[in-house]
Amino acid sequence: MVIVRPADATPAMLQTAIRNVVGEANVRTGKVKLDIPPLVENGNTVPMTVSVTSPMTADEYVKSIHVFNEKNPQPNIGNFYLGPRAGRAQVSTRIRLADSQKVTAIARLSDDTFWSATADVVVTLAACTEEAI
Amino acid sequence: MPSALINVPKKAKRGDVIEIKTLMSHIMETGYRHTASGDVVPRDIITSFTCRFNGAEVFRADLYPAIAANPFITFFTTVTESGKFEFEWSGDKGFSETAQASITVE
Amino acid sequence: MRIAACIALLTAMAGAALATEIPLSERRSGYSFMSADTRAMQDEDTANPGMLSVLDGETLWKRKAGTADKACADCHNDARVSMKGVAAHYPAFEKALGKPVDLEGRINVCRTNHQQASPFAYESRDLLALSAYVAQQSRGEPIAAGDDPELAPFVEKGHALFMQRQGQLNLACTNCHDDNWDKKLAGSAITQGQPTGYPLYRLEWQALGSLQRRLRACITGIRAQAYDYGSLELVELELYLMTRARGMPIETPAVRP
Repeated sequence: MVIVRPADATPAMLQTAIRNVVGEANVRTGKVKLDIPPLVENGNTVPMTVSVTSPMTADEYVKSIHVFNEKNPQPNIGNFYLGPRAGRAQVSTRIRLADSQKVTAIARLSDDTFWSATADVVVTLAACTEEAI
Repeated sequence: MPSALINVPKKAKRGDVIEIKTLMSHIMETGYRHTASGDVVPRDIITSFTCRFNGAEVFRADLYPAIAANPFITFFTTVTESGKFEFEWSGDKGFSETAQASITVE
Repeated sequence: MRIAACIALLTAMAGAALATEIPLSERRSGYSFMSADTRAMQDEDTANPGMLSVLDGETLWKRKAGTADKACADCHNDARVSMKGVAAHYPAFEKALGKPVDLEGRINVCRTNHQQASPFAYESRDLLALSAYVAQQSRGEPIAAGDDPELAPFVEKGHALFMQRQGQLNLACTNCHDDNWDKKLAGSAITQGQPTGYPLYRLEWQALGSLQRRLRACITGIRAQAYDYGSLELVELELYLMTRARGMPIETPAVRP
């Protein structure tokens, strides 16, 4: 008997996760800036900042930011809900990347348009690591 | 005994946009790891983080296993009046922690 | 057989000849080998996950424990005053035991003798937190371990362990950390192995860990049998490393990849 363990999120899983957020809307490239190191020393803790160009006024602001990955066991990383009073559409956190892969950030604006940015990250494996668990 | 570190300026001017930094101690066990004997280590993560100012939500986040251990989240908000920020983290196994920070508008 | 022994001896001698102690002006903390992003995590307390353990340690410092019902603070008062610079002198000679103890060992001596409580397990959350809190009071202080003349034989033993080839890879600490610290192993900087920031938050561990944990991981890495937690060998290695890092400032709680 061969058991196949789903080790990675598949491109289909990633597309489904994105569709769950954006529905049938078109996602355009632009307005979003994804700051993440192109080469990281350890995939367990990767600093990441997403910022979106927006005046952040009562009429024109960023509603939410959604971050996805390509090859972790699960495609979602985090959803961040802002609003006009945020003043500045920028969030930072630290994420886990199981392997070298693409990370995509998608912003939903107050007019319900979606904008995105994608970055490639190379995760180097440390030479001397402890056994897991 | 979970600890949180919060960085909020003590004072600001009305209309200032301030950065808030939060760090919460938590292992963020993914649920995808196995022990040497092959058993799955059950998922134990923070799933939600909320920041309220004088009772009104100003920022919220859904977290997944891809958020690193000891979640660090920073974001911005506009200062409107003096008051209290309340932070809440909740997640698996009934995890629920809160922290507070005050700000004075000059 | 005799030829093989001869070659082994020559190899060992060549290794010994190469290995020279790194002069103070060239001593570099692991911090200087890190990326800007990882440095930023250490630079700001709110961004440094190691500070969460320091906070826990501050709570433990004030918490009464054991049948003596005493807290650390009941004898040592304000750690910010009483513990300033203390960690820079550890491991230190413990007269009652006739051997050196590291900071973790000293905390457990206090627990056993003065608080009459059970010692903390090595690498337990509480022991790491209290060690981090105590060591953080020495942040910026120059390392000054090994002054006590009673320590001399133990420093010498630690040095010998540092120079001794072992394991299936037949490597000594010195082969990497004295001779090749300016190079890389796979994608990682080898570094000088200076123990300036322990206990520290390692991104690989996603947790705070002790110098003993790091040494054990290194020893496993050269495919040798790691010494047990709390063993005299590990304390001697810690002691030698601290004398080798003399003059470098303490960074606890440091962040490393």
